[in-house]
Amino acid sequence: MSAVDTGAQAAPAKRGETRLQRLFRTMLYGANVDRNVKAKARLLLAMVVFIGLYGIIAGRLVMFAVISDGHSGRRSVTQDAVATARPDIIDRRGSIIATDVKTPSLFAEPRKLIDVDEAVELLTATLPDLDAKELRERLSSNRGFVWLKREITAKQQKEIYRLGLPGIGFLTENKRIYPNGPVVSHEIGHVNVDNQGIAGMEKWLDGQGLAALHMAGLATDRLQRPVELALDLRVQFALRDELVKAREKFSANAAAGVVLNVNTGEVVAMVSEPDYDPNNPREANDPTRINRLTTGVFEMGSTFKIFTLAMGLDSGRVTLNSQFDGRQTLRYGRFTIHDDHPLNRMLSVPEIFTYSSNIGAARMALSLGPEYHRAFLKKMGQLDRLRTEIPESAEPIVPKRWGELNTVTIAFGHGLSVAPLQALMGVGAVMNGGLLIPPTFLKRTPEEARALATQVLKPETSKQMRYLMRLNSEKGTGTKANVAGYYIGGKTGTAEKVINGRYAKNKLLTDFIAVMPADKPKYLLLIMLDEPHGSKETYGFATAGWNAAPTAAKVISRIGPLLDMQPRFDLPNADQLILASDKVVR
Amino acid sequence: MISRAQRTPIGEWWWTVDRLTIAAVGALMLAGIVLSLAASPPVAGRIGLEPFYFVNRHIFFLFPTIAIMLGVSFLTPHQIRRLALIVFAISLVMVAVTPIFGQEIKGAKRWLVLFGVNIQPSEFLKPAFVILIAWLFGESAKRPEMPANTFALILLLTVVALLVIQPDFGQTMLIVLVWSALFFMAGMRVIWMFGIAGAAGFGLLVAYYTVPHVATRIQRFLNPQSGDTFNIDVATESFMRGGWFGQGPGEGTVKRMLPEAHTDFVFSVAAEEFGVVLCLALVSLYTFIVVRAMLRAMRNDDPFCRFAAAGLTMLFATQSAINMAVNLHLIPAKGMTLPFISYGGSSMLSLAYGMGMLLALTREQPRGAMLTAPDDLLPAGSRP
Repeated sequence: MSAVDTGAQAAPAKRGETRLQRLFRTMLYGANVDRNVKAKARLLLAMVVFIGLYGIIAGRLVMFAVISDGHSGRRSVTQDAVATARPDIIDRRGSIIATDVKTPSLFAEPRKLIDVDEAVELLTATLPDLDAKELRERLSSNRGFVWLKREITAKQQKEIYRLGLPGIGFLTENKRIYPNGPVVSHEIGHVNVDNQGIAGMEKWLDGQGLAALHMAGLATDRLQRPVELALDLRVQFALRDELVKAREKFSANAAAGVVLNVNTGEVVAMVSEPDYDPNNPREANDPTRINRLTTGVFEMGSTFKIFTLAMGLDSGRVTLNSQFDGRQTLRYGRFTIHDDHPLNRMLSVPEIFTYSSNIGAARMALSLGPEYHRAFLKKMGQLDRLRTEIPESAEPIVPKRWGELNTVTIAFGHGLSVAPLQALMGVGAVMNGGLLIPPTFLKRTPEEARALATQVLKPETSKQMRYLMRLNSEKGTGTKANVAGYYIGGKTGTAEKVINGRYAKNKLLTDFIAVMPADKPKYLLLIMLDEPHGSKETYGFATAGWNAAPTAAKVISRIGPLLDMQPRFDLPNADQLILASDKVVR
Repeated sequence: MISRAQRTPIGEWWWTVDRLTIAAVGALMLAGIVLSLAASPPVAGRIGLEPFYFVNRHIFFLFPTIAIMLGVSFLTPHQIRRLALIVFAISLVMVAVTPIFGQEIKGAKRWLVLFGVNIQPSEFLKPAFVILIAWLFGESAKRPEMPANTFALILLLTVVALLVIQPDFGQTMLIVLVWSALFFMAGMRVIWMFGIAGAAGFGLLVAYYTVPHVATRIQRFLNPQSGDTFNIDVATESFMRGGWFGQGPGEGTVKRMLPEAHTDFVFSVAAEEFGVVLCLALVSLYTFIVVRAMLRAMRNDDPFCRFAAAGLTMLFATQSAINMAVNLHLIPAKGMTLPFISYGGSSMLSLAYGMGMLLALTREQPRGAMLTAPDDLLPAGSRP
């Protein structure tokens, strides 16, 4: 390099330069500077800057290409349309309850449309149920993506495809299908048009991180394992079938039933009829079609005496041989408590149960006091909202101030409204040896259940209660449900419904809780009828013994074999089989 | 003809000119034809011209382009300066009269109709301006008695004033940038850089507050929700759609949606149909040309040649980088053509002129030729 040495000369003044010019030059470029070397360095700097700029551009290009590799090209416009796959839901034996089916959905990219009029004309000709005005509005918008119709048939897709319209396309979407229709409705819930769960187990599923997966667009089909429910589809079907028939037979507003595994808390079947078809969930919003077992709260009537007697026996102050005064009606303030089957004498504990004596139950509860009563029911989970997997649940209606009058009425099942499933959970604890197990709709092993359970009663109390339940089937109000071979124990309940703040004599809620078998309980069955009516066949009676109990009998004879219950005949009476084993424990 | 045995002008040219750069420019032109075939028929169809209108014109313009580029590359630095002075004078007058006689397109008067041909005079102003500025800065190093810096500043202000009147902020920015860069290379103290940056920032701020479309464009870039970002959305989407290897020739959709698919957004069309791989190839071609020209400029000891070559390179590089960056949504939208690829007669001829001068200025010059060169080509320090 030839040295171009402006700076080296560094003379204060250059040839021909005035002082002003020199000052100016020094200010601009600095004194004693080799401008040649400086220029080279700065050129190099400029080169590096441009290489950097091109590098950034190349980096951005690579970034786009990598993103593009991640999801297929079309996605960027139609991001809200990514497949929202859901896992299958199967019953405990593997039958499908809910599954995804791929269906095409019709969309348009209005910016790419050439002739809106032509598109509107051809599309409405193919899909007559499309609203032409709305369609035109959508197609004329300046948006990148609009849905035209979700879930069209394969035939329609073919026809539209053949129209050859630019800017009209199809996206395969997942449509949720419930092959059993209304048989499993309230429990499974349903999804909206975007395949998001909005009720029942479907909503629970979204809460388990599925919603987040959907948001991230990662909910692909292969990722997901089926969800196993505790439900047995066969039992569910039998239960629903009998409930539909019973509702018709007794002209009831509604009929509901639950089969609960006493030892695990699994809900094997749950029906609240009238129900709806989750494939077409429009009816789900009808208030008469609510799930009465979890979303409704009811005064359960005499079945609540199970709790009253269990409380008495568990307290140690009452034994099976204790006597309570049933000689006359019980007056409390301005209220008078009657018995349906008055004996007008002293009553033993088994008599209170089998004759379903309101007076006896009330006196027993009073003998322990309202505080004790309230604490006991709290312990049995009857005063707090029962939360299960499904989002539908209701708070029990508990009296704000719990006085003696409340204890009197609640002793025989009035004045406290609970969700029926909640009551059944409590009864489960009374039957299974005293373990309160929160019910579940998912599969659960006995070990898992035991880990979750709380011991709320002495095992001995549970045995005495099973004896009473069996006794009531042998010679009490529950005889009509005593299906031979299954050693059923059961308790009826009939509650007058509160209409406009008063108890209505002719509007009843009847229920029946059966334990099967009573000596070694496996399952509980709850049958509930809302406003059943008497008929000739029932001699005009509309109480639980005449409708809920016979319905339970029909259900038991159908589901017994399905639940692997071995029929046993010629078994001894309750006092021998159950109370005798009681002595062995002692 | 290009034998080394004899000294013919063409032979001398062939052995001294940067043949690899010519090859790279040729590759760009070829890509330009292919992409014009891809991008322009839908655009032509949309405005009611026959499909290959733009393709034909694009190819038609390539002939004068090549001729000008090669022709200019034969010139000596001395001739280049003279030519630049003439071109600058003519185009300055044309730029000056554009606001009066020009054709208004999209709210700005940038086009002049001469003999039935649309001409954008500011395109031709740019390379000539760079040459003059490089000469002035070169002189300021050699002959301090000449008020070269003052002249350079006056030239800049004149050109900027004329361009702002049109208004054409893209070209203004480009010219200010190149001028500042040349000033910087000429050895200006770093402290002045802050001054220039401050002035540029102030100018931008004034533009932001006085010219509505500048403001909206910047706002849209910073906050895409604030307005219609249709062009940019579509352009960005095309890169995603294209992926590494593209959708395939003719499979693109961007060209059907963007009115400037064949000019400002040809890069997006390339991405969608031919993939990011082609885009990366184009970026490498530009990088290659720029780095090579810069290295040659550095090797050149003559201040004028060095500054002129560097200035022309920066003009070329900035223009290509801005176009690609806008397509990739790295900077706010700014209409600027992609050198030798975008459609546009004025732009192409101007680029040919610039590239021709760059080739001429970066020719290998034997030391001997320099020593016998006219007086003003000699470095000041080596003067006897």
